[in-house]
Amino acid sequence: MIMKLLFELSSKDRRLDLIPPCDSEVYNFEEKLLRKEKLRLPEVSEVDLSRHYSKLAKETHGVNDGFYPLGSCTMKYNPAINETIAADKNFTNIHPLQPVETVQGCLEVLYQAKKLLCEITGMDDMSFQPAAGAHGEYAGLILIKKYHQDRNDNKRVNIIVPDSAHGTNPASATMVGFKVVNIPSNENGGVDIEKLKEAVGEDTAGLMLTNPNTLGLFDPNILEITKIVHDAGGLCYYDGANLNAIMGKVRPGDMGFDCVHLNLHKTFSTPHGGGGPGSGPVGCKDILKDFLPTLEVEKNKDGYSFYKPAKTMGQVRSFYGNFLVVVKALTYIKTLGKEGIAEASGNAVLNANYLMNKLKDYYDVAYDLICMHEFVLSLEKLKREHAVSAMDIAKGCLDYGIHPPTMYFPTNCF
Amino acid sequence: MGSYVVNTKKQQQEMLEELKMETIDDLFIDVPKSVLLKELNIPKGKSELEVYNELSEIAAKNTVFKHIFRGAGAYNHYIPSIVNAVVSKEEFLTAYTPYQPEISQGILQSIFEYQTQMCQLTGLDVANASVYDGAVAAAEAALMVLERRKSDIIVAKTVNPQVLAVIKTYCESRDVNVIVLKNDDYAVDLKDLKEKLNENIAGVIVQSPNYYGIIEDVKTISDLTHNCGGKVIMHTNPIALALLKNGKELDVDICTAEGQPLGMPLSFGGPYLGIMTCKKELMRKLPGRIVGQTVDTNNKRCFVLTLQAREQHIRREKASSNICSNQALCAMRASVYCAALGPNGLRQVAINSASNAHYLAKQLATIDGFNLKTDKEFFNEFLMTCPIDSKQLVNRLADKGILAGLPLENDILWCTTETNSKKEIDKLVETIKEVL
Repeated sequence: MIMKLLFELSSKDRRLDLIPPCDSEVYNFEEKLLRKEKLRLPEVSEVDLSRHYSKLAKETHGVNDGFYPLGSCTMKYNPAINETIAADKNFTNIHPLQPVETVQGCLEVLYQAKKLLCEITGMDDMSFQPAAGAHGEYAGLILIKKYHQDRNDNKRVNIIVPDSAHGTNPASATMVGFKVVNIPSNENGGVDIEKLKEAVGEDTAGLMLTNPNTLGLFDPNILEITKIVHDAGGLCYYDGANLNAIMGKVRPGDMGFDCVHLNLHKTFSTPHGGGGPGSGPVGCKDILKDFLPTLEVEKNKDGYSFYKPAKTMGQVRSFYGNFLVVVKALTYIKTLGKEGIAEASGNAVLNANYLMNKLKDYYDVAYDLICMHEFVLSLEKLKREHAVSAMDIAKGCLDYGIHPPTMYFPTNCF
Repeated sequence: MGSYVVNTKKQQQEMLEELKMETIDDLFIDVPKSVLLKELNIPKGKSELEVYNELSEIAAKNTVFKHIFRGAGAYNHYIPSIVNAVVSKEEFLTAYTPYQPEISQGILQSIFEYQTQMCQLTGLDVANASVYDGAVAAAEAALMVLERRKSDIIVAKTVNPQVLAVIKTYCESRDVNVIVLKNDDYAVDLKDLKEKLNENIAGVIVQSPNYYGIIEDVKTISDLTHNCGGKVIMHTNPIALALLKNGKELDVDICTAEGQPLGMPLSFGGPYLGIMTCKKELMRKLPGRIVGQTVDTNNKRCFVLTLQAREQHIRREKASSNICSNQALCAMRASVYCAALGPNGLRQVAINSASNAHYLAKQLATIDGFNLKTDKEFFNEFLMTCPIDSKQLVNRLADKGILAGLPLENDILWCTTETNSKKEIDKLVETIKEVL
């Protein structure tokens, strides 16, 4: 099917009657201020527009269109109730700079979501200002930088990142002005303890880690890993991309992590929207909370109010983040509750192991161990013996209405 | 307890048996015993009806103002019904990032059309697929113009304070020096700019219409900056671009904007939309995703993510930015909004917003003690004195269901859009007279 562009549907002077003429007094700006260049926007009828996007929707594969077995980015069902609640006029029609006594409902959402997510992650405080995972990493790494600067420990410039980490980890570290030290994985896909011991020192600002890692493996040495970093004076950063595997089972805070970001659009069921908006709240232990972004929400006897953390990093975004996304995540957590949260993770891990077991006879499993909510298949042998690549299998999945798994580097795995 | 788990208990048991395990806990054998959790200390799950009631009650604790005269970075424009209808389609809502072009042509084409419309609005050559919000767009733009020997950024003090705060955070974390210009009568002090420009300046960020609604002399700022070898970043309101000179006409190198006015509800500050466009020569420094047009193996037009060598998943620590997820569905809102209104409709929104503001300013000026702080030309916001304590006036109007302008010390920053009718403005002025 040939898909026309909006511009190709356009006919001169076709318009919708959406806005009435000005009924006060039309103000005429001086000629020199006015735009001279013709504004070329589509001129379409509403039915053209509606049909155009219906066609585009048919060329789009959402979670609701079929299986989405994507590693490293949890794609889960986006409950309908989340959208209903987030569309409430009492949320959508609130100006971000209204007097605080008129936004008590919004502040309660942020406060409740903070308390629940702190309990789930084992953190003490949290900010919702970061708008996505990478943005949360950015804010989390600034927390670490500010912590060391505040202690006049200015030689700590290195962030240790395992080679299996998501690309945003090293990119975020660079944006915060850290130097990235990559360390290789051991034969089981975990952190190489000896290499970590060699890498840490007086210049270590911190370690960034996902656990389970990008290979889908829970690192059994996690307590030793975080201890090594702490003993060297560094802090531990938990990338929450894979939290969906462990909710209600184990908490980053208990594993020794000092700060964490979450992807509410992965673990907490808010939709991806074709790439966003997400929400990447950054949580931290007490030692870092004074550095959190401006503003934070607190509860006092008269209700909820804003405050500026004592040594705040400032702002990483305007206002309070992607607020409506937080509303959706809160709806999800309240629905699932303590038992449902753990059940979701337990079943994610069960499903992954079941699928891995089913595929074992046909593909080589990269690490033949119990996996968490994702696993890696190696297609090395298939490529060698039959010249069929991971890319071929991925594109083959498409023909069956399945969103392909994430292609892993080197590209003959997924 | 609400649950979205598909497998029944019996099915879970059968799956476990295939794995030769007894319980789901057996799958968590690698978790050290000392940190294995028994139970989370949060409330039990609830039915959908209970959750609906609970959250609706929380929402009802907010006050929705029927009459809004406040902007300062978030604007109450009318959202055509078709906008919500389109972005509610589950395919768009629930789709992943379009890394697999074969099953993502819908999303990719919609982003391509968004990018094209943003280029048309701003007059610049290339747009990205969006960043988190306008403030982050301005901050990312600052990082775009840095060069080895040009490491300082000049920012007008007349930019929105939220935008300035984010620019400072982004620049500070990269050890980039931010120099803030002096104000001259609520606009950029051009003399101060001349004094501060030198060969170390990578770029100048100016907002127009600025925080106080004033239309800055961006062309002069561009000329001065270019003469010193720096780049110019104009932060703007996309509605204003339908009426006032665009980025190309003002000779700026990068345009950034808060896209919220283009079809996003106020929503207590988010999700919003960071718009970024630039001249062609800066294309490879533009952060985030960019969708390009190409042809498939049958020589048919199609769309793909392009120039990915700039991005974090390829370049890792050498990437131009760390951005991954963006605001794709908000970009779609903006795209549908612009297409629904078309060039004439968008111009009408701009004309009505500005005209209402000038009408309000004129009417307010008839009351003693309400005076414009400057006679400089403004778009749809203006700063006025207030004869009584500004917060007190705001509170009295709030009691009457009116969200007045934003109090800035003892002045008030007023704003109108096309949603404020003459009748509503007259009523506001009458109410002010009553409560003074």
